[in-house]
Amino acid sequence: MKYLCLVYSDETDLHGLPDSPHDSECAAYAQSLQDKGQLLAGQALEPVATATTVRVRGGEVQITDGPFAETKEQLAGFYMIEARDLNEALRIAQGIPPARVGSIEVRPVRQLQVN
Amino acid sequence: MKPTNSKAPIEQQIQTLYQSESRRVLATLIRLLGDFDLAEEALHNAFAAALEQWPQNGLPDNPRAWLVSAGRFKAIDRIRRRQRFTELSDQLPPSSDANDDELYTDDDRIPDDRLRLIFTCCHPSLSPEARTALTLREVCDLTTEEIASAYLAKPSTIAQRIVRAKRKIQSANIPYEVPGPSELTERLQSVLQVIYLVFNEGYSASSGAQATRVLLADEAIRLGRLLHELLPEPEVTGLLALMRLNHSRHQARTSPTGGIITLEEQDRSLWDASAISEGCALVREALNAGPPGAYVLQAAISAVHAEAPRWAATDWAEIVGLYDLLLRVQPSPVVALNRIVALSYHREPLTALTELETLLATGELDQYLPARAAQADLLRRLNRLDEAASAYAAALTLTNQQPEQSFLTRRLNECKKINSPVD
Repeated sequence: MKYLCLVYSDETDLHGLPDSPHDSECAAYAQSLQDKGQLLAGQALEPVATATTVRVRGGEVQITDGPFAETKEQLAGFYMIEARDLNEALRIAQGIPPARVGSIEVRPVRQLQVN
Repeated sequence: MKPTNSKAPIEQQIQTLYQSESRRVLATLIRLLGDFDLAEEALHNAFAAALEQWPQNGLPDNPRAWLVSAGRFKAIDRIRRRQRFTELSDQLPPSSDANDDELYTDDDRIPDDRLRLIFTCCHPSLSPEARTALTLREVCDLTTEEIASAYLAKPSTIAQRIVRAKRKIQSANIPYEVPGPSELTERLQSVLQVIYLVFNEGYSASSGAQATRVLLADEAIRLGRLLHELLPEPEVTGLLALMRLNHSRHQARTSPTGGIITLEEQDRSLWDASAISEGCALVREALNAGPPGAYVLQAAISAVHAEAPRWAATDWAEIVGLYDLLLRVQPSPVVALNRIVALSYHREPLTALTELETLLATGELDQYLPARAAQADLLRRLNRLDEAASAYAAALTLTNQQPEQSFLTRRLNECKKINSPVD
């Protein structure tokens, strides 16, 4: 079963705390998941200041800067994983290095109902 | 045909069997079918089939295995019929190719199914409210109406909570398993917390009708007993002991009119002696198992009270020592407060009052009734009655519960009476 692990963190905490992970650690963890066949895709993201939001309303395209985020924690990256069940997915999520400074939201992937 | 030995009509035997076995059968069916709703339907179909067939054919040799088999057969039959319409191929339960005998007649595995069910219902990815409702419904077989009345909620709210929890178990694929050794301690905490929440809801005077409150306390103890039987970890033993010991005093702690009777004022002959001896034996068992956790220590404190023949004979030195250990395992202002109260009996109220004032200065217990009530009580015992009276008045503003209000009012009036000289 596929799960998406969304990495959220305060962007300053992501690199600024003693416990903040280095890129090499994140890359090594992703590699270890890949070696076990559990990583389907995963990327780190540029800071939210670089984001652009697109909406289509009544056929009209609206483009604005940034997401409308009220929270302090921002989406910083994601891991698409393959796990037997939620317990295995949670074990994988615990090992994602930014879990130490931010949080990991684990969401089961929904199959689109296409007939 | 096998003649029935018992004189009881077979319908009555089936009824008894439902009470003793239905949760075990359900737990196994959930494992075999991988679906709560399907398993519940299968359970009812199995008992319906028993009511139909057993009066003619007699009781089977292994009724539980018969019920599991019948339930599973009917569920698979139903899935197959559904499949014929929808042509879905992934709906068959995963275990259908395994050897049937292994699936449900191996007695060693059947208790595991109930343990699996408990861990699934208490999974930390479900909200605490959902865990409690689901456990009471699926493991204890309380109806949604019973759960609702115990928690002063609408039955539809509880039903909705259970439906959502089951949906999450299904769609997030929460597994039906006992966690491995590396996760067991952490996951067990969640299970113990659910059981203790249920117990305290039953034990506290703050909710529901008397009958449903006793029901919750009894269910929590039953659940604790089952868990202790299936997984005799020290903290499980400790929680069961704690509940048995606290519950041993339930006849003594309220007056016939529903008033609060403090530990000091309780008639100790009303305490349940068999609950106390079982509780104390469990405490010893847990203490022998290694460094004690929070539940074991709380149970040990409760045991010291239970073993004192009179209030004056309480071993306060032992209790303060146990609170010191508890503070190390579970540092919290509430534990600190309880330690201070014990200290006031072990040393003297003034030492305790000084410590309590330091604790209150942190502001964490400002709105916590037991802290204000303890402060008032210490002042009363120090004969500082004016201050005591205003502390009781302050405590009164923190509760809406009638029994607590009348207790505090009684104390408040005592302080005023002693304080104003008779003319």
